Amino acid sequence: MLTFIVRRILISIPTIVFVSIVVFGLQLLLPGDPALALAGEERDPQLIAELRRLYNLDQPIWRQYLIWVGNVLQGNLGESIRLKMPVGDLVAAKLPVTMQLASMAILIAVCVGIPMGIVSAVKKETYLDYGANVVALSGISVPSFWLGIMMIMLFSVHLGWLPASGFVKPSESLSQNLKTMIMPAFVLSSVTTAIFMRHTRSAMLAVLRSDYVRTARAKGLREPRVVFRHALRNAIIPVVTLGAIQLGELMSGAVLTEQIFTIPGFGKLIVDAVFNRDYAVVQGVVLCTATGFIFLNLCADLIYFMVNPRMRG
Amino acid sequence: MKRVVLPLLALSLMTSVASAQQNLRIGLAEDPDILDPTLARTFVGRIVFMAMCDKLLDIDKDLKLVPQLATEWSWSPDQTAVTFKIRPNVMFHDGEKMDAEAVRYSLDRHLNLQGSFRRSEINVVKSIDVVDPTTVKVSMATPFAPLLAQFTDRAGMVVSPKAATAAGANFGAKPICAGPYKFVERVQQDRIVVEKFKEHWNASAYSFDRITYLPIVDGTVRLANLRSGQIDMLERLQASDVAEVKKDARVKFASLTGLGYAGITINVANGDRGKTNVLAKDKRIRQALELSIDRDAINQVVFNGEFNAGNQWVPPTNPWYVKSVATPKRDVAKAKELLKAAGVTNPSFTLMVPTGNEGQQVAQVIQSMVKESGFDMKIQQVEFATSLQTAQKGDFDAFQIGWSGRVDPDGNLTAFIACDGGQNDGKYCSQDVEAALKLTRSTSNFEQRATAYEKIAKVHADDVPRIYLYHPTWFWAMSPKLAGFQPVPDGMIRLNGMKMN
Amino acid sequence: MVAVTTTATEDVLRRPSVFRRLMRRKGAVVGLCVVSIFVVIAILAPWLAPYDPIATNFLQVRKPPSAQHWMGTDEIGRDLMSRLIYGARASLQAGVISVMIAVCFGVPLGLLSGYCKGWVDSLMMRIVDAFLACPFLILAIAMAAFLGPSLTNAMIAIGLTAMPIFVRLVRGQVLAVTVEDYVEAARALGNPHVRIAVRHVLPNIVAPVLVHSTLAIAQATLAEAALSFLGLGQQPPEPSWGSMLNVARQFISQAPWMSWWPGLAIATVVLAFNLLGDGLRDALDPKET
Repeated sequence: MLTFIVRRILISIPTIVFVSIVVFGLQLLLPGDPALALAGEERDPQLIAELRRLYNLDQPIWRQYLIWVGNVLQGNLGESIRLKMPVGDLVAAKLPVTMQLASMAILIAVCVGIPMGIVSAVKKETYLDYGANVVALSGISVPSFWLGIMMIMLFSVHLGWLPASGFVKPSESLSQNLKTMIMPAFVLSSVTTAIFMRHTRSAMLAVLRSDYVRTARAKGLREPRVVFRHALRNAIIPVVTLGAIQLGELMSGAVLTEQIFTIPGFGKLIVDAVFNRDYAVVQGVVLCTATGFIFLNLCADLIYFMVNPRMRG
Repeated sequence: MKRVVLPLLALSLMTSVASAQQNLRIGLAEDPDILDPTLARTFVGRIVFMAMCDKLLDIDKDLKLVPQLATEWSWSPDQTAVTFKIRPNVMFHDGEKMDAEAVRYSLDRHLNLQGSFRRSEINVVKSIDVVDPTTVKVSMATPFAPLLAQFTDRAGMVVSPKAATAAGANFGAKPICAGPYKFVERVQQDRIVVEKFKEHWNASAYSFDRITYLPIVDGTVRLANLRSGQIDMLERLQASDVAEVKKDARVKFASLTGLGYAGITINVANGDRGKTNVLAKDKRIRQALELSIDRDAINQVVFNGEFNAGNQWVPPTNPWYVKSVATPKRDVAKAKELLKAAGVTNPSFTLMVPTGNEGQQVAQVIQSMVKESGFDMKIQQVEFATSLQTAQKGDFDAFQIGWSGRVDPDGNLTAFIACDGGQNDGKYCSQDVEAALKLTRSTSNFEQRATAYEKIAKVHADDVPRIYLYHPTWFWAMSPKLAGFQPVPDGMIRLNGMKMN
Repeated sequence: MVAVTTTATEDVLRRPSVFRRLMRRKGAVVGLCVVSIFVVIAILAPWLAPYDPIATNFLQVRKPPSAQHWMGTDEIGRDLMSRLIYGARASLQAGVISVMIAVCFGVPLGLLSGYCKGWVDSLMMRIVDAFLACPFLILAIAMAAFLGPSLTNAMIAIGLTAMPIFVRLVRGQVLAVTVEDYVEAARALGNPHVRIAVRHVLPNIVAPVLVHSTLAIAQATLAEAALSFLGLGQQPPEPSWGSMLNVARQFISQAPWMSWWPGLAIATVVLAFNLLGDGLRDALDPKET
């Protein structure tokens, strides 16, 4: 097991290098010049030329990349040309926020989606099943801005229970922090909840029909025991796969939710960076998300093996 | 139990009112960029600077120059130098003295700091001389009347030389100026907090102890925050929310026409598209396009009639508006005639529209209007950064773009229409306009300048290198208890005189 | 031995066709009907729509549902019902075709990865990791710039982005299935790899792939709108459900009906596809009758 993990970590390094080259190349191919984007309204040719020089944008692509790699190896992720702040600081400030939000969303999805899927499968083709399906599928069909704004209207403007938006660090006040995070986490979880619910249901149905569950039932084991001991364990594979990917996507793809609830997270950072061609920030964030995905997928594989040791093959 | 709770509740209500008196919370539409007056770029950042950094001059609601850090100013007879009298006994937030030398230092910094965004605004300045501790003389290479207006914005902000020298390019992390509020803290994308600077020269005009600026990007959510009492005021209310807010007794509304415009730049001579573009072929086709557009209808449909239709670089309410060149009424019959005279039927072109909901709606409204005259207009949405480069390269027929506006009309016009203008994406060039532009810059006399602008407006209306569409209005919404807010066309929030009742 | 084979064959013969078994399921029939209705609506849009979907009426801007406009009008006075009907074309295509692209490329790659294991799997998974980490936005802007706006390009972009999930999903299933006794047995009996993959492994991945495709349709439909906004998808004034929702966002309190209809349409189609998917899965399951 340990050699497996070590090997995986070793092959991850070329992956990250590869991703960074691809992203660097891709963004340099993009139309839109960082200096021009930065200058915005003030398109003074002299200023733009100076900005190009200042941020090495007049250098050939490969040299820009090498300059960046050189800095990264020294632990310097570069500076955001838009915010004039070290990328490392930006990432360090936003990563914990996004991680909290994504973990809360996944937690909600696990606590809601998986039980819903189980109930739905056990009570197949009853009103309970239909109801669970409609709720889950509405969650994936409704855009997050709609759900978010509706929740703000209800819980903040009408009932006044929760703040409409904003963020409080957990170190400042945990209860305030949870109050501001609960709505965005819920909105963010709606898609993942649907995905977990549907896959759990499907996998459970397959397992419940399989020979060994029939055998277990024939042996006279009580239903809950059958469901939890045998069926769920085998139903978990697709849920784990998707859980890892969803968690990764929630970290980088929560832009709309972050924007609606004004959560200072990763999603907004990367979108702003791409729109402003703030290459250093894009690179820095991609470095983090790539590492994140690699780590999460590694975790998924490890969970496969824990659930079913034979898979290690 | 109830007996205990009620007075407690009342007490807590009272303290919350009292603390609101201390702290004003303002919802901003975006997160400001760097808080260094020399390096800052964004409109939203200027709102925060209003609290922190005083400027040499300010403007009032009629766009008249009023004293701020400079108490008096005078032009040299040949219009190439301005002498400022600096307000005495003014202190920076770090306790340093704000004097003529500090002004010289700050202007010099605006001109010479690497990556300065101010240089292009005041690059006509040749030398800055300290005459005595309260007098500064700014000399220019050539006469440049718009200079004073530049000093009403970031280019006129004076920073503490000691702090700026120490911090260098990192000054924006903790700006030290001479404004009524000093910087306390900033959390990216979350908040900027400033607190009252008691030694400010006009401290008694400012009643709040603390101002918290909260960037809340989503317009609907910004309003929800105001309604649920999490903020006391917001800037840039969405036009689509105005009607509802006006009816809402829980929210107070304020508005004023701004300085900017939205329009369509036509590629008349930039690159290959400048040759193939049907709109570049004949000015009559452009005139026909303009006549096909009903500006009032755009305003009604997309902006609930809250903006101002207009045909010039300044809004009709502006003192610089050329009244003799009025906004043409929509005239489809005449547009068709002009097209016929130009020998084209169903001219086809693409309108490039930067990503954004309102722009997209305006484009679709125009598309359906010009169709009636026979124009086949396609819409292409382009992400903003891409659109800037595409425009500069001339890879467009027509480009729908806005300009946030400047106090002096020169800032709304010259760069866009001068033959070598940095933002003249359509590469329009007219010798008549060039001559008149030179005239507008060479004198600070209102009548002489106005006559030159009239000349430009006439040529412009005939050549139609750009079709001005409308002028945005600034909308603010605030708690009904907040009093004393004075809207000014630059869209800023001036905190003097504001208080919570 | 002979007897066993006979009953097995008889069993297969006695089992009705997949389609017949599908038609026995109420949910599946409802799903199929709803999907068909939407497809028919999309095809017959010019005959069904009461108005021209791009014709504006500036005197009827953002009007609630009425006798003239059953679903109300939009932000520049177009008939929402007509736009919804025409929008079915772009949205169904964007939803279904892009998911098909993702499935067609993702499933074989996942099979390969899980079945070959070793360095093939390792390489493939690292590529997938890399793909997942690339910001979608950059890909979309790059494609918009080089390929220009078109629905086809948008579908390719969405399909490519949805693909890695299918690769990993299928691979996970394959890894789990190939260690099952019956597959081991088939392998021991010397069955060719392709045959094992098709006969034993494929049926076990059908369920999660079906489930996920029907879910991905919802995400793809919404993604189309985002791409259109960036200049990659269908351009205004042509309607799609996703872009109708995008615009409705601005008027969520003044003209809520603008978001109801496209939202409802997407939810209905997604629900129908899911019902159909469930039915198909049951029909394909050898253990169900």
